[in-house]
Amino acid sequence: MTETLLKVHGVETYYGNIRALAGVDVEVRRGEIVSLIGANGAGKSTLMMTICGSPQARTGTVTFDGQEITRLPTHEIARLRIAQSPEGRRIFPRMTVYENLQMGASLDNLKYFDEDVEKIFALFPRLKERKAQRGGTLSGGEQQMLSIGRALMARPKLLLLDEPSLGLAPLIVKQIFDAIRALNKEQGLTVFLVEQNAFAALKLCDRAYVMVNGRVTMSGTGRELLADPEVRAAYLEGGRH
Amino acid sequence: MEYFVQQLINGLTLGSIYGLIAIGYTMVYGIIGMINFAHGDIFMLGGFAALILFLILTSVFVGLPVVLLLLVMMAAAMLTASLWNWTIEKLAYRPLRGSFRLAPLITAIGMSITLSNFIQVTQGPRNKPIPPLVSSVYNVFGISVSLKQILIMILTVSLLAIFWYVVNKTALGRAQRATEQDRKMAALLGIDVDRTISITFVMGAALAAVAGTMYLMYYGVIVFTDGFVPGVKAFTAAVLGGIGSLPGAVIGGLLIGLIESLWSAYFTIDYKDVATFSILAIVLIFKPSGILGRPEVEKV
Ligand SMILES: Nc1ncnc2c1ncn2[C@@H]1O[C@H](COP(=O)(O)OP(=O)(O)OP(=O)(O)O)[C@@H](O)[C@H]1O
Ligand SMILES: [Mg+2]
Repeated sequence: MTETLLKVHGVETYYGNIRALAGVDVEVRRGEIVSLIGANGAGKSTLMMTICGSPQARTGTVTFDGQEITRLPTHEIARLRIAQSPEGRRIFPRMTVYENLQMGASLDNLKYFDEDVEKIFALFPRLKERKAQRGGTLSGGEQQMLSIGRALMARPKLLLLDEPSLGLAPLIVKQIFDAIRALNKEQGLTVFLVEQNAFAALKLCDRAYVMVNGRVTMSGTGRELLADPEVRAAYLEGGRH
Repeated sequence: MEYFVQQLINGLTLGSIYGLIAIGYTMVYGIIGMINFAHGDIFMLGGFAALILFLILTSVFVGLPVVLLLLVMMAAAMLTASLWNWTIEKLAYRPLRGSFRLAPLITAIGMSITLSNFIQVTQGPRNKPIPPLVSSVYNVFGISVSLKQILIMILTVSLLAIFWYVVNKTALGRAQRATEQDRKMAALLGIDVDRTISITFVMGAALAAVAGTMYLMYYGVIVFTDGFVPGVKAFTAAVLGGIGSLPGAVIGGLLIGLIESLWSAYFTIDYKDVATFSILAIVLIFKPSGILGRPEVEKV
């Protein structure tokens, strides 16, 4: 349970001359759910994308499952079974829902597609109804479901979720968080997620990191951070329910 | 009436050739948003490869069946053109990906000039003839249809069917469409984007080479400048049909073939290109994205 799956060490990432990550250390152990919270522009999405090599870290290292992946091209990182539901969802707009899910399963050449797609449809029945619709015409919430579903289709060892609750109705958010918890408990899926909804994220996770201006400023168990006065003041008060 | 139908058939044959070339323009544009100006020369190169193979084969083996001859010529043309397009993509276009938009375009013009000069130097500046390979002509209700024309049309339809299938129903086609729609996301899903783009260049070149072989067989002559005018016409076809759209490329090609042959038949042949481009201008005024082009409406 305590074996490290992902280790981000001293990572700095730049966009041109702008430094978005200023030496980040983060660790995710096998079987954990880890949350990352922080204000807008803190660098959360940049960290998610840096793990996937797009953009690559300028300094520092990213290690996954014992292998250094800092300089690997993005598609090779994906082949190690790191799947991401990225910021902005990035649904292929002119592909159907079904084809988007097929894209998620391209690593295994659709070998487990039929079996897995049923699980996704059970999780999000809405996607089943919309299966022949073009991704670009889905509602924001439907796109979010599709993005998460597509990431799960890759049978990931590590699932990266960038704001999975964005734009979703509270009931669906609860469904998604329940689903994440269930996948984690039943299949041991390791999850690293970014959330604006700090309260829900801290309740869901085993551990969490707080990011400010490209640096991790605080970390601890979800419970600890929920109780922390600073965290409460900055991320929880007012946005409680 | 017979005269009209006759011109229709001639137009469709010519249009098929344009359509096959146009697919390469449209696929490359679709996937990386670049106009591969050297594509017309890839077509010409395919024609020359076919011609050279013809000369070698007929001097070594006497009495080779025509079908076999044509198949081998076509295969050689496809191989040569694909290899060239693959190489220039890797060496000349790929390093410029992500730089400003005009850079790959200018490079492509450079590649076009390089390719046609290379053929001029190595093959000479004069027309290269080839003896008629397929000469049967059938007469149906007063209309003459040559076997060449039938071959060209059947080949075009079959290749289209294969391409449609690959792009819409296979993993490769999905990877191509995904790369076209969101390159970064495709990579996040494990798609090797560079490889997918390479394959697209190879596929476009292979079709252009088939068109080059057909062109050589149809007109019985080829010259190093032959990449230019058919290339521009095919590019026009791709724009007319809606650049980025596969069926659009073919419809555009057929339309241009038809306009050309009907205009030449009923008006003056000297103005056939003026007619073609006028129609292009008119279509684009009323439908800027081309006949089957997509107006950008998706929310992403
Ligand atoms: N492509 C880019 N080019 C230049 N700067 C960028 C780019 N992407 C992000 N940035 C900058 O990097 C910083 C971190 O952005 P990032 O998207 O990682 O923040 P975030 O924590 O995910 O914010 P949010 O909660 O709003 O999603 C911001 O200052 C942003 O402006
Ligand atoms: Mg973000």
